[in-house]
Amino acid sequence: MRSRARFRLPVDPEVRERLDRLEIPFNEYGVDPYGISKHYLGPSFTALKFFFKHYFSVESHGIENVPAHGRVMLVGNHSGGVALDGAMTHASMFFEMNPPRLAQGMAEKFLNKVPFASQITNRCGHLTGLPEHAERLLADERMLMVFPEGARGTAKLFKERYSLVHFGTGFVRLAMKMKTPIVPFAFLGGGEAIPTISNAVSIGKLIGVPYIPVTPWLFAVPLPAKLEVYYSPPMVFEGTGSEEDEVVYGYVEQVKERIAGLIDAGRRRRRGEPVRDPLKAGAA
Amino acid sequence: MKVLVPGIGGRLGKMLAQRLIELGHDVIGIDRRPFRDAPAGVEMHEVDIRKRAAEDVFRRVRPQAVLHMATVTHLVVQSEDRYRINLGGTRAVFEHSHTYGVEHVVFVGRHTYYGAAADSPLFHNEDEPPMGLASFPELADLVAADLYAGSALWRYPSFVTSVLRMVYTLGPTGHGTLATFLRGRRVPTLLGFDPLFQFMHEQDVINALCTTLDKRPRGVFNVSGPQPVPLSMVIRETGRSNVPIPEMIFSMMLGRLGLPKLPAGALEHIKYPVTVDGSAFKKATGFVHAIDEKGAMRAYREAFPRPIR
Repeated sequence: MRSRARFRLPVDPEVRERLDRLEIPFNEYGVDPYGISKHYLGPSFTALKFFFKHYFSVESHGIENVPAHGRVMLVGNHSGGVALDGAMTHASMFFEMNPPRLAQGMAEKFLNKVPFASQITNRCGHLTGLPEHAERLLADERMLMVFPEGARGTAKLFKERYSLVHFGTGFVRLAMKMKTPIVPFAFLGGGEAIPTISNAVSIGKLIGVPYIPVTPWLFAVPLPAKLEVYYSPPMVFEGTGSEEDEVVYGYVEQVKERIAGLIDAGRRRRRGEPVRDPLKAGAA
Repeated sequence: MKVLVPGIGGRLGKMLAQRLIELGHDVIGIDRRPFRDAPAGVEMHEVDIRKRAAEDVFRRVRPQAVLHMATVTHLVVQSEDRYRINLGGTRAVFEHSHTYGVEHVVFVGRHTYYGAAADSPLFHNEDEPPMGLASFPELADLVAADLYAGSALWRYPSFVTSVLRMVYTLGPTGHGTLATFLRGRRVPTLLGFDPLFQFMHEQDVINALCTTLDKRPRGVFNVSGPQPVPLSMVIRETGRSNVPIPEMIFSMMLGRLGLPKLPAGALEHIKYPVTVDGSAFKKATGFVHAIDEKGAMRAYREAFPRPIR
């Protein structure tokens, strides 16, 4: 058989070393049973490294609160018109955890219909947001990254950047059913990096996405704003996941309050106000 | 044990016949197609499963087990004929099995039952409905045959029914949908999509069928072997070239430029994955695959090297 050289994107040595330490059952070709591929993760994390460490110089607090092994759900707020929050939290888990962990997001359903987006999100571990996927990944002791605000959250305008919109309840039911700890986290600065002044819904529908964020410079090209992530200690809710709505709403509110507390403390810290321990402030 | 195999004339049927003879079973075959080089010991009946002569075989032989492989899967056969064979034939197999005291009936179905769609999950469980059928209605007869076979679980409690949903086959005989798709030098794919493909080496398929005969699991089971791999990888590891084509152009090319005339829904199967969770079958039978994904792809490549032109 004729041998053909294959084009490969460059991979940073640190990324390569960390990829080898990921606790994911890759086969001989570097592909896991879900189709997550080292050949996609390598270039993806190499690009994310520049944004994570230099462009946004993301600062994370409380990384020790994130379990090093086993099933866990990272639950956070959306911040910024595109999935900057997800990408940087994904990078934070990879570059700051030891051993590194792969935070798997749940991709919006429309993405799977978009050429290339479908391929890239799947190969990087962000499977379509279906309950079956979430359950299966947790059963396999993976780390899920969940934004209960959904697309409503990324549509927040600049003036709403520190607010929280309605949280779905599915994530708490899932955590209870799968006996999974929830690590609430707050993501700050996305609204400054991509200050959305309006959302173009009609144009978005034309190209098959829910909306397109419009910034003062038209496109959602992010500014090098300072981004921060605050990870709170895990919360565990006992139950089966089929409890009455009132019970589940109560737990959802607890998670939402924890995140709101973290956002508030982080915001005060960003303004230069003295906050002794923003993580405790969030938990209080 | 007397094992009757409707559909023995296919590639897999022939391999199965050989293995069953080696295991010491009495093998009786039914097929419209001739089985010329049948191994010694195979009692062959060249009849249509839906005809009276096939019932006579059941009456005379009184098999203990029936392994039903007489379904048509390729889409070039006219759909009316396919319906008659796949549904009428399956009905005949189950009714004769009931009438003539068969102890165990195995229906060999396919994992494409679940269908491929943008919002369908990876690793389907047996209790999921065939959601992908809407985009590919041409598979309705196979899905109906599968569900009909499943209804035998309550319709005919007198015998054990095993409904198997097998993943694609890949191996040196070049048998099956995936193997046929990979046959050429260049393999067309959809630009921007790279679904996972789940397949088993044909020896493992035969092993799984023999294990089913041995263990007699009652119920509907997905049968899978090694982990799935992306289509681009299957193409590369079998020595082919991947030719990604934008979907709109691909649809227009179907039936032209050397591409087979396929229903538009067939494209969903190279756009989105159909993968199954085979753990229930493994738990019920103890089945373990012997050949991994690399071994299956290599076996195919060695048997069918990249065509020169």
